[in-house]
Amino acid sequence: MATTTETLTLNMGPQHPSTHGVLRLVLELEGEVVRKCTPVMGYLHTGIEKEMESRTYHQNVTLVDRIEYLANYNEEMAFHQSVERLFGLEPPPRARYIRILMCEMNRIASHLMYLGAGAMDLNVSSVFLYCLQDREKFLDLSEMISGQRMMPGYFRVGGLAEDLPDGFVAASRAWLDEMARRIDEYDRLLTDNLIWRERLEGVALLSPEDAIALGGTGPVLRGSGIAHDIRKVLPYGGYEEFDFDVPVERGCDAFARYRVRMEEMRQARRIALQALDRLPDGPVIVNDRKVALPPRAELARSMEAVIHQFKLVSEGMHPPAGETYVATESPRGEKGYFVVSDGSNRPVRVHARAPSFYNLQTLPAMVEGRPLADVVVAVASIDIVLGDVDR
Amino acid sequence: MGVIRSEQDLERNVLTTTLERLVAWGRGNSVWPAQFGLACCAIEMMCAAGSRFDISRFGSELFRASPRQSDLMIVAGRVSQKMAPVLRHIYDQMLDPKWVISMGDCASTGGLYNNYAVVQGVDKIVPVDVYVAGCPPRPEALLHGLQLLQRKIQTRTTGAAARAT
Repeated sequence: MATTTETLTLNMGPQHPSTHGVLRLVLELEGEVVRKCTPVMGYLHTGIEKEMESRTYHQNVTLVDRIEYLANYNEEMAFHQSVERLFGLEPPPRARYIRILMCEMNRIASHLMYLGAGAMDLNVSSVFLYCLQDREKFLDLSEMISGQRMMPGYFRVGGLAEDLPDGFVAASRAWLDEMARRIDEYDRLLTDNLIWRERLEGVALLSPEDAIALGGTGPVLRGSGIAHDIRKVLPYGGYEEFDFDVPVERGCDAFARYRVRMEEMRQARRIALQALDRLPDGPVIVNDRKVALPPRAELARSMEAVIHQFKLVSEGMHPPAGETYVATESPRGEKGYFVVSDGSNRPVRVHARAPSFYNLQTLPAMVEGRPLADVVVAVASIDIVLGDVDR
Repeated sequence: MGVIRSEQDLERNVLTTTLERLVAWGRGNSVWPAQFGLACCAIEMMCAAGSRFDISRFGSELFRASPRQSDLMIVAGRVSQKMAPVLRHIYDQMLDPKWVISMGDCASTGGLYNNYAVVQGVDKIVPVDVYVAGCPPRPEALLHGLQLLQRKIQTRTTGAAARAT
């Protein structure tokens, strides 16, 4: 009997429960084994980068929020770092601390979603429900601060839209205290769970060389044993004033990435608590009338303030001509906005360096030569957001 | 128990209805959505399925991965030009009677994105029964949309029954 060497081409997605959105994978199978994996993207292409060219800097915050919709605060942080560098501005200390507080709490919420969705893919649906429950409490905090659960639009060029509302510090401290217990609980539930370990250990292997060559960042890179965190390597927005560790695992597999994210949640909590403890007093936005709106009380007294208000609202701010890129560490890896200004009130070009996009490149290296069932684990361990991949 | 002595007892213990109404009542209370998340709204859709908002109170917690097993397509998020044929394909695979909720501004009208990439409203591709506004809508808003759809199903003003008449 002659054996055939034909391969079977299997289409996975764009509508598939475990592709975390609308990712499509074309898999060439030889029996159970994946011989070739080709990700097909663009099913969520929204043209956000092009859209940003026709809006003012102030309006663009709204679009930025919707790129990586699980880490909105981190996204706003990245965009504003770039725009502020164009202006040569530095937000006041209180604004910097509140930004870092929100970014780190958002990091916890984003990793919770990774854990929940990743566990759901492996049929552990109880963890999904627990994680969503904890994430809801972060969404409540976000609602307190900005009025929106998911798309806050809270950061402004040169600071923040508003100061923290009453009771926010106590509420976020309560959530962070609770999270310490909850993270330990997830750890007990999963880390020593035989099924969880067997499904994750040695699966979706990515060598450190491949991780670097393919442009992997964030937990994907740190799970392959490389201690690279933008917050340490190129501190931005005041991270140099905080004390935290960068978790690194040498396992190079899905389990290592899981361990990295679990530890990152603890470190994010540590940073957020430091920000709360040392929260300085003072204004939350710079006192530059070409960039920041005048305080409301001033509008009733000063004609000059009214003129500034009118100019900023109708026309927007004009950063000096030039181009910038500031890298930041989002929950998924290196996120940065390349912004080109010609001195007008709208950017000429905005490009988002999307960590999910680059991390997705590592997927074929993880799954080729491995069984089909591992593809689901690999996709979950990368923790992609398709809005970030396709933009 | 079980002994019917008078006319009054009969009225108290027996409900009369038409079969059509009974079926509509059952259908309305067991709408199974297809697992069809596209973008940001999908996250709020997942929150609606979570324990806080608990969509299972309305009989819709069974998000099916296969369109053949579901009655309802919740279009949660922006529909790109590339996704549009896929979306229509999935809709065609669903069995009648089927319904569509357009969740969020992007799915309903194109929302923020009036550009080359985004379909300006999913109703250009599939018939929509309920539109839910918001960017993204809160889970409560989605649940309200679902309740509106249930009312439509139960009064038979939507889906196959409405199209037949």
